[in-house]
Amino acid sequence: MTGTPIGPGGPPGIVGDTAGSAGVGAGGLDTDFSRSRRSRLLRSPRGAVVTSTVSTLAVLGAIVAAFLLAPGSRAVRATYFNAHDMWRAFIGDPHEGFYSIGKGIVVNIEMFTIGEVVILVLALVIALIRQSKSPVLFPLRMIAVAYVDFFRGVPLILVILAIGFGLPALYLPFISSQSAFVYGVLSLVLAYSAYVSEVYRAGLNSVPLSQVASARSLGLRPRTAMRYVVLPQAVRTIVPPLLNDFISLQKDTALVAVLGAVIEANRAAEIYSSTVFNYSGYTVAAVLFLVITIPLARFTDHLIARDRARRLAGAA
Amino acid sequence: MDATAGTALRIEGVHKAFGTNHVLKGVDLAVDTHQVICLIGASGSGKSTLLRCVDLLEAIDRGRIVFFGHDVTRREVDEIRVRRQMGMVFQSFNLFPHLRVLRNVTLAPVKALGMATTDAEEEAMALLTRFGLADKSHDYPDRLSGGQQQRVAIIRALAMHPKLMLLDEVTSALDPELVGEVLDVIRELAAGGMTMLVATHEMGFARETATRVVFLEDGVIVEQGPPGQLFDAPRDDRTKRFLGRVLNAGRM
Repeated sequence: MTGTPIGPGGPPGIVGDTAGSAGVGAGGLDTDFSRSRRSRLLRSPRGAVVTSTVSTLAVLGAIVAAFLLAPGSRAVRATYFNAHDMWRAFIGDPHEGFYSIGKGIVVNIEMFTIGEVVILVLALVIALIRQSKSPVLFPLRMIAVAYVDFFRGVPLILVILAIGFGLPALYLPFISSQSAFVYGVLSLVLAYSAYVSEVYRAGLNSVPLSQVASARSLGLRPRTAMRYVVLPQAVRTIVPPLLNDFISLQKDTALVAVLGAVIEANRAAEIYSSTVFNYSGYTVAAVLFLVITIPLARFTDHLIARDRARRLAGAA
Repeated sequence: MDATAGTALRIEGVHKAFGTNHVLKGVDLAVDTHQVICLIGASGSGKSTLLRCVDLLEAIDRGRIVFFGHDVTRREVDEIRVRRQMGMVFQSFNLFPHLRVLRNVTLAPVKALGMATTDAEEEAMALLTRFGLADKSHDYPDRLSGGQQQRVAIIRALAMHPKLMLLDEVTSALDPELVGEVLDVIRELAAGGMTMLVATHEMGFARETATRVVFLEDGVIVEQGPPGQLFDAPRDDRTKRFLGRVLNAGRM
């Protein structure tokens, strides 16, 4: 397409810009499409690696330098990053009166594992009730709406305080005689079921109505269509936001510390800091929370990628 | 129900409005068994709504729909049991994207009719083989071309052994070169004696396959007759205008 005249010569301005380049066609088409040298360097595989490494190191270096050069750096490092205190807080010492944060995180893991299972089921039930059209379910629908509004709106820490101290104070049989652990998990379940039911609902609404029409036209009953057509498609779209909520839940198990009686990681760190007057235990707790949340985040990405690849690849 | 002779479907004075939009304004139409009735008309003339009303996906405001002698628009009719005996195919295929082709076809026979999975699969494979899609049975729908997806959608409807097929502009969403393979399937069904009500923009197909062509405009049937008569000697001015526009658009 280079040398063929395609029209009366173009305006000299355009041609003039690349004067000397052999690629200017007689028709005035600028055929010099080559990238600048800088752009070419950035796009080469080696260039990209070098560039990203240098920029990462520069940013990290700047942050570390700011931290180390801050006027109060020494004091902060001694209070938050003391290796000796971090280790003592991690393993705990019953004789000194403080608990192991390492054992504490196991309690957090128990809380969110039990919580997640219950939340997945309860939230789905709430979402299905809210999506239902039957007039018989109208009262339940109203309750579900009120429930979600309430628990989405009240700060989780207040829910934990109300459940953890309120229910035992009622002196009811069974309900008032549970452990603080149970009240903590119950609070998390109540609050997160409200959030997660909204995620489910968004997922159910994301399935096109044409899918429902197609299931109905095949003679499937509404319940069957929900179970085999709508729900599987909804769940697929909500896996990432769902796991996001679970990452939040994993962190929020730390709030159960306000009940005092559940020695989870945050509570153990609290006890350590008030005993020894050093905050390094909180750093240990923070690191442990990262250790459990980051793999879940990566797992989420992996699931999304796998599902996408499977559907693009067709037959297995 | 006798599915071999007589009137398969009678639509009597059907009205349907969506809010203030009066889409069907008193439609009367009868379909005998083994007939292929083609509905033609501009977009918005009510073809799709009529098909959806027949499949009981939309409740009608007035009139009756009589399916093999039974008024299926009565309140006490379980519309789900009626739908199981009608097959509906949509313009946009609407295959279930999370299920492989085979499972798309077997889902309704298994979950709606309670057929054993192995029997349903055997039958589905026979249908897929008959229409040249056996090698796609383990693919997900998004791996298939539009024409293949639409053929699967037709097979999915056939797997329920419908007494009446409702086809809603099934080739309108296809690339031109894929239209033929889908029309071939419909021609084969017609040749096999399937009773069909077909909304279509494919005038050539309607002319060659239809027992009767029905022209709808603005929610009423303007004119109907054998394809030869309706296409070559339309009587109503509105039919003439519509066919003139189609001719000008090069769709004849």
